[in-house]
Amino acid sequence: MEYVIIGNGVAAIGAVEGIRQIDLQNPITIIAAEPYATYGRPLIANLLRGKIHEADLAYRPEAFYHDNKVTLLLGRTATKIDVAAHQVLLEDGDKVPYDKLLIATGGKPFIPPIQGKDGPDVYTFTTLDDARKLDALVGKIKQIVVIGGGLIGLKAAESLHDRGLKVTVVELADRILSTAFDQTAGNIIGNRLAEVGIEVITEKSVKEIVRENDRVIGIILNDGQNRSCEAVVIAIGVIPDKDSVEGTGIETNRGIVVNDYLETSVADIYAAGDVAEALDLLSGERRVVPIWPNAYTQGQYAGRNMAGARATYTGGLPMNSIEFYGIPTMSMGMANPADAGYEVITKLIPENNVYRKLVLKDGILVGAMLIGEVERAGILTGLIRNRVKVSDFKEELMKDTLSFSSLPREIRTEWLSSA
Amino acid sequence: MKKVYAREDVCIGCRLCEIACIVEHSISKDIIRAFKQEEKRPARNVVEECGPVSFSVHCRHCDEPPCVQVCISGAMVKDPKTGRVRNISEKCVGCWSCVMACPYGVIKRDTDQGKVIKCDLCPDRDLPACVSACPNEALLYEEK
Repeated sequence: MEYVIIGNGVAAIGAVEGIRQIDLQNPITIIAAEPYATYGRPLIANLLRGKIHEADLAYRPEAFYHDNKVTLLLGRTATKIDVAAHQVLLEDGDKVPYDKLLIATGGKPFIPPIQGKDGPDVYTFTTLDDARKLDALVGKIKQIVVIGGGLIGLKAAESLHDRGLKVTVVELADRILSTAFDQTAGNIIGNRLAEVGIEVITEKSVKEIVRENDRVIGIILNDGQNRSCEAVVIAIGVIPDKDSVEGTGIETNRGIVVNDYLETSVADIYAAGDVAEALDLLSGERRVVPIWPNAYTQGQYAGRNMAGARATYTGGLPMNSIEFYGIPTMSMGMANPADAGYEVITKLIPENNVYRKLVLKDGILVGAMLIGEVERAGILTGLIRNRVKVSDFKEELMKDTLSFSSLPREIRTEWLSSA
Repeated sequence: MKKVYAREDVCIGCRLCEIACIVEHSISKDIIRAFKQEEKRPARNVVEECGPVSFSVHCRHCDEPPCVQVCISGAMVKDPKTGRVRNISEKCVGCWSCVMACPYGVIKRDTDQGKVIKCDLCPDRDLPACVSACPNEALLYEEK
């Protein structure tokens, strides 16, 4: 039995750990285009900011791969999967046979067709190499524009600002952090960023990246405003990197479609992480939700199932936790319901940068957003995951002193005596 | 595996468990030095009080720990041999993902250090310090 994993993200680690829960013997091969073993990808922002060193990036100790009988084929790109022959074909012509294959290729940056995007001085921010390239700019340039006010864009902005660059963030939506957060939360963080000196422009798009002698000298917005800059970071979002499944007949939609066992539509091939379109816990639909916890967990379930278990993935719960200049920021579940039919309770203390929001559907907690006050936030996550009816004690959940003692005794007794 | 379980009916809310935890995880392991001279870190359990009810909440060292699954730096690990979940402080970057994910709300932010802090079941002791310190057997260290 040969296990093969394409990708070096956290889904691959989840898969190795999942396989080894069932099968301690058979070899695992990880193929990755990046020449690095799995690293804490979000940590590239901490690295660029100068808070950690490259040596701190490794997600598992070096011995992990040896101890788990993992062969690393790094810096090698998997170009094609030969389903009939059960082989992965590499760019250099090598073939890697598999009995069970996991596609965990993750996402790649989405680059919109902006005039002037091609050429030097335009960067993305999803890999260690990206961080190294941006790091090399520090001290050489003065101004940079980040296109995209999501988590990646803002983290890039924060890091570059702290390294002495003048940073402007341009966001198309009416607020930053629009995917997981709402206007109020976006404003709190936006104001904080403005306070430290990062310019945030919303409801605008970059019409053109202006070049002179091929080098970037500025940008023009759709309303005609312009900003001088010597480089641009495009951080609009990531899209599933499903190139390797072309021609295989594997069913794809936005991502690679997988069932509750993380199996694709082709036998012996699984997918997990940002490339996969897997079950979403709350909606019951299959969705691409490119977040770290889902990637790890899907990898783990895929791994177990590759090793012969029949472990049912119960679905991912969207969640994000991030801190901006001392303001902890969290969003769990359906924190931003699109339509009416949800009960929304909010608390805002602007002078303290505190915001708390709960979202209920038929009395059941389905989402939460916490800015500033985040202690014991996981209790809310647990209530969401377990679909607990909270209507009788929802006021307690709005307090910063959130605790089990304020929950009904039967809930807390069951909760705390389990596990 | 053995874990710390609380009995709310006999807990008197004295918080000696918190003090014992702080002392055990201090540099000197001496109560006076720990409180007078060292940087005091938060206790790794959470004592809750609401009217007459009190009890201490402890890490469950889950079989499938959400805190490990969400950790972006690899700091939070479950030891496959002992089953204990611990945070490797040097690797923690203070993103608070584990605080968001732990359904027991027992991972604390140590904002002075910019890292989280959690129960490690006292690796230097047979019986965790909080259990030893409890005067009314409101904390039990047992296998269920």
